[in-house]
Amino acid sequence: MRKRPDEPARPLPAPRSGRLADLYVQELKTSLAAMFQYRAALGIYLIGNILEPIIYLVVWTTVAASSGGSVGGFAAPDFAAYYIALMLVNQATATWVMYEFDYRIRQGSFSAALLRPVHPIHTDIADNLASKAVSLPLMLAAAGGMAVLFHPAFHAPLWAIALFVPSLVLAYFVRFLLDWTVALAAFWTTRVSAINQIHFMAVLFFSGQIAPLALLPAPLRVAATILPFRWSVGYPVELVLGRLTPAQALAGLAWQVGWLAAGAIILRFAWRASLKNYSAVGG
Amino acid sequence: MRLFKLLWVFLRVGALGEMSYRANFLAHLVESALELGTALAGLAIVFSHTESLGGWKPDELVALVGVYFLVGGIIGLVIQPSMEQLSEAVHDGTLDFVLTKPEDGQLLVSIWRLELWKLADVGLGIAILAVSLARLGERVGLREAAAFGAVLLAGGLIIYSFWLILATTAFWLVRVENILMIFQSVYAAGRWPVSIYPGWLRFALTFLIPVAFAITFPAQALAGRLSGRTLAGAGAFALILFAAARAFWRIGVRRYSGASS
Repeated sequence: MRKRPDEPARPLPAPRSGRLADLYVQELKTSLAAMFQYRAALGIYLIGNILEPIIYLVVWTTVAASSGGSVGGFAAPDFAAYYIALMLVNQATATWVMYEFDYRIRQGSFSAALLRPVHPIHTDIADNLASKAVSLPLMLAAAGGMAVLFHPAFHAPLWAIALFVPSLVLAYFVRFLLDWTVALAAFWTTRVSAINQIHFMAVLFFSGQIAPLALLPAPLRVAATILPFRWSVGYPVELVLGRLTPAQALAGLAWQVGWLAAGAIILRFAWRASLKNYSAVGG
Repeated sequence: MRLFKLLWVFLRVGALGEMSYRANFLAHLVESALELGTALAGLAIVFSHTESLGGWKPDELVALVGVYFLVGGIIGLVIQPSMEQLSEAVHDGTLDFVLTKPEDGQLLVSIWRLELWKLADVGLGIAILAVSLARLGERVGLREAAAFGAVLLAGGLIIYSFWLILATTAFWLVRVENILMIFQSVYAAGRWPVSIYPGWLRFALTFLIPVAFAITFPAQALAGRLSGRTLAGAGAFALILFAAARAFWRIGVRRYSGASS
């Protein structure tokens, strides 16, 4: 038996912007309340996000120490600065919609969300922003602790710090659109965890987490420039560390805008196709 | 031995269940292989910039990755699922059914749930270990092999005791799932030798969340760099922690009252 929810299949019915803002305010309020209830669980979930950059920071500091103090233009204080910035940017742009989607589709609870007259992505963005707000104090504390322990060296010009803000916002939306699109795989298969695993691998290597992209072999570096992952994590980090020339920084913003547009188009088509494939009984 | 007899029974029951989802096993094998590929690719990137990492040669770190998968596989196969089930059983009162059985309760709850597809990790770990052993060649003699086996056993006992202590806190605390999750996050740090970490982190990984004993030390034994003192220390720590876990379990059970179920 197949139920085709025609009405919400029209993507982004675009309510007047005032109403969308109201929606965000409400969603943020409820999500914040819920997140705050689970703050201990959220804190434990963050341990991994804090520890992982520390691990790679230690690995690369060790490598630098054994190759005469620096490797690929990074000395120990540069690695410290890189991984502190990476931890914050990665946390700021991270999503977990792939897990949510798997659950929603399998449990059928998505049917209710589809009946609402707004695109479900707005609820997810609000939910995501709420969790960021709750986890921000802990992440800043972690960054401060890392700064004390690993002595980072920050030396970015002012213009780069100014450009960092728009680049972070763009990175957030590039990553959100991409993750949301990949999460739509749950509409097609019940085995999304293998897909997620491939996605995580790509993020790990191409967004600059396993190593600063400058340290990757040339072919991987080229791939990282073309793929969206650098534009959703690595590029804002490089920018705020002052590792880019003004020309490179502007080109990066252009890549981000390009991927944002491409992501929106891909999402639109994938969403329509996925909805056609959706069937739920009851829910 | 009763342990192996019981384990065999649980394995058979688990296999019967898992046989209904054979494609699942394949999917998980793909995932494990991807994870292994990530670990090895990470090593390749690191060693494209250096000859050795904190005194560890590439082959030795490949062996460490093998141990990481082997031990992680065993934890995921039996320790973690059993301990998670234990904390659930304390909450909903089903622990009664275990305590009334004519078998040691601790033994039963330690092996009563198996995630058989984690055998994929165990298999991959052993395969990687075999490859790295072949590459290390004659450097691994009988002495190294014996030390490896001994410290792996001690490390496994330490990890098990640690999990049992955490899961046993369920007798007092309401939500322990989150505490159990901490181990998962921290275990990833064991993919690199703990000797490269700064002192505070090395201490934490050795004594607070003891992954060093189960991963770094066995790999160190294969590389022929494990001192007799460390080995003896690991053995002593394993026995002490095991005794503590057993005592803690007894106290917890005494406190348990599942009268409502």
